[in-house]
Amino acid sequence: MTLLRVQDIGVSFGGVQAVRDLSFAVAPGEVFSIVGPNGAGKTTVFNLISRIYRSDQGGIVFDGRDITRAPAHAIAELGIARTFQNTELFERETVLKNLLIGCHIHRKSNLLSDMFFLPSVRRTELAFRRRVEDVIDLLDLQSHRDKVIGELPFGVRKMVEIARALCMRPKLLLLDEPSSGLNPEETEDLSFWLEDINEELGVTVMMVEHDMNLVTRASHRVLAMADGALVTVGEPDAVRNHPEVLRAYLGD
Amino acid sequence: MRFIRKINYGQDIDLFEHNGQRFWYAVLALAVLLCPLALDHFLLGELSLVCIYAIAGVGLMLLVGYTGQVSLGHAAFLAIGAYCHAWLLNQGWPFPLALAGATGLSAAVGVVVGIPALRMTGIYLAVATLAFLVIVEQVLSHWTSVTGGFRGMAVPPARFGIDLSAPAPFYYLCLAVLGLSLVAALNWLRSPTGRAMAAVRDSETSAESMGIHIAYTKTLAFALSAAFTGLAGGLFAHKIGYLAPDAFTLAMSIQLLLMVVVGGLGSMHGVIFGAVFIGLLPQAIAVLRDAAPPSISQIPGLEAGIFGLILVLFLIYEPEGLYGRWRKIRLYFEEFPLYRKATYKRQKSYLRTERLR
Repeated sequence: MTLLRVQDIGVSFGGVQAVRDLSFAVAPGEVFSIVGPNGAGKTTVFNLISRIYRSDQGGIVFDGRDITRAPAHAIAELGIARTFQNTELFERETVLKNLLIGCHIHRKSNLLSDMFFLPSVRRTELAFRRRVEDVIDLLDLQSHRDKVIGELPFGVRKMVEIARALCMRPKLLLLDEPSSGLNPEETEDLSFWLEDINEELGVTVMMVEHDMNLVTRASHRVLAMADGALVTVGEPDAVRNHPEVLRAYLGD
Repeated sequence: MRFIRKINYGQDIDLFEHNGQRFWYAVLALAVLLCPLALDHFLLGELSLVCIYAIAGVGLMLLVGYTGQVSLGHAAFLAIGAYCHAWLLNQGWPFPLALAGATGLSAAVGVVVGIPALRMTGIYLAVATLAFLVIVEQVLSHWTSVTGGFRGMAVPPARFGIDLSAPAPFYYLCLAVLGLSLVAALNWLRSPTGRAMAAVRDSETSAESMGIHIAYTKTLAFALSAAFTGLAGGLFAHKIGYLAPDAFTLAMSIQLLLMVVVGGLGSMHGVIFGAVFIGLLPQAIAVLRDAAPPSISQIPGLEAGIFGLILVLFLIYEPEGLYGRWRKIRLYFEEFPLYRKATYKRQKSYLRTERLR
């Protein structure tokens, strides 16, 4: 059983081969982490999966569908949600509105029904709101609901971004360094939430992460990469002590 | 200070937040409906013009304030609406159909202008829309068989059943169109359509990963914006009575842009504030001109200079416009004496993900 299969994927920017011949598979229900030193190509892998970058070679199959050539905006509808390393929220809107935008792929209305705000539009809006409130409850964002993103501290923004991704009801959640910029307490909370998201909501999680404690605690399998290529895949402890991984981080 | 007791989610969706607001908007509606009883023909005409500006402003606000796309070409949409409406009336179309036709043509041209806009932002987009305006100006002055060229084109009187060209009926017509435009725009803004626009404005990368089709959303924003402006153009044709290319120049575009910026980007209240400001400013300047000594009042281009100066001053001192200032004043009194001075201070913003394209 695989939810996401990446096969021999590669991309280069100018002369830099950012990712080369990378293959891996993620099983449904897994928490799958990607680790590696800076510049290893971890975020590039995410950008390839969410189709912000075009891959030069190889293929990506998600949920039985080939998404190698799918347009970026179609990825969300297939059930892949993501967050960004330095947060990409809609800064001039409130938390509530940001989360409602997360529901966008589930809209049923069109230009005309929106114009008259027909009862059907109202019903979907109310359903969206209930869904958003569930996510707000899950991640404890009640006190920030009506605040504009620009006013929020970075730690909260990271959580809002995860919340927004959850509003999409994704099958696969891509988290790009969820703990960067969080203090130890917030990181601790994050690991519990990851567990909730994975076990209660049944969302498969893929994350790029530098905090090895969080990675070891939260993930089922870990992939290590360096210089755009795969080093090893396996159980967190095995990867952590793998000689090649140590060499990639610490040098010879 | 007012605390709203929220007991269902519908309250956050409704156009009015609470009954107090409903009451005051009803008072406002009554006041504008009774204006023809109290005002003379000249002032009523000025108010009609304010309504027309506001309709165009609704369109420009959708584009600039909510989708984040700048346009210096909106005078062209106003012109297309005006000429198309007048031409269709001359062909014997009934008034509402001619107005709808003008709106539709304007929207279609908006789509065409929106397509190159997909690849441009900021200053480049401004220049591209400016180029579009120049093209339209050239077409208007040289396509003499339709537009009458520099000789201009007479606009048939507005009539649909009754004569709509007298000051009071025309005022009510403009007011009604403005009201419907506002409701349509506000409905879009509180539904997925408007949220997609805001998403495109704040982060295209993230909007795309939320499943929002960027190209569609931007093109749609241009089309809707052009449609409202074309609609305003149709009414504007009746207001000025005789169409000539020199009514739709860059100065008009800047005036429209000035309206949404001075009013306050990102709110429909701002459109109304801006329209009142822009509609009545020329009168205020005229009054001042009479009062000022000849050495000042004779300066050529005084009006354009004052418009530009006001735009710059607003950008520097009150980027949130008149409506933003009004909100601050209101909050001050609501929270008095506990108002915190730093409430609206901009905080340090954090790094955003390295732009991906």
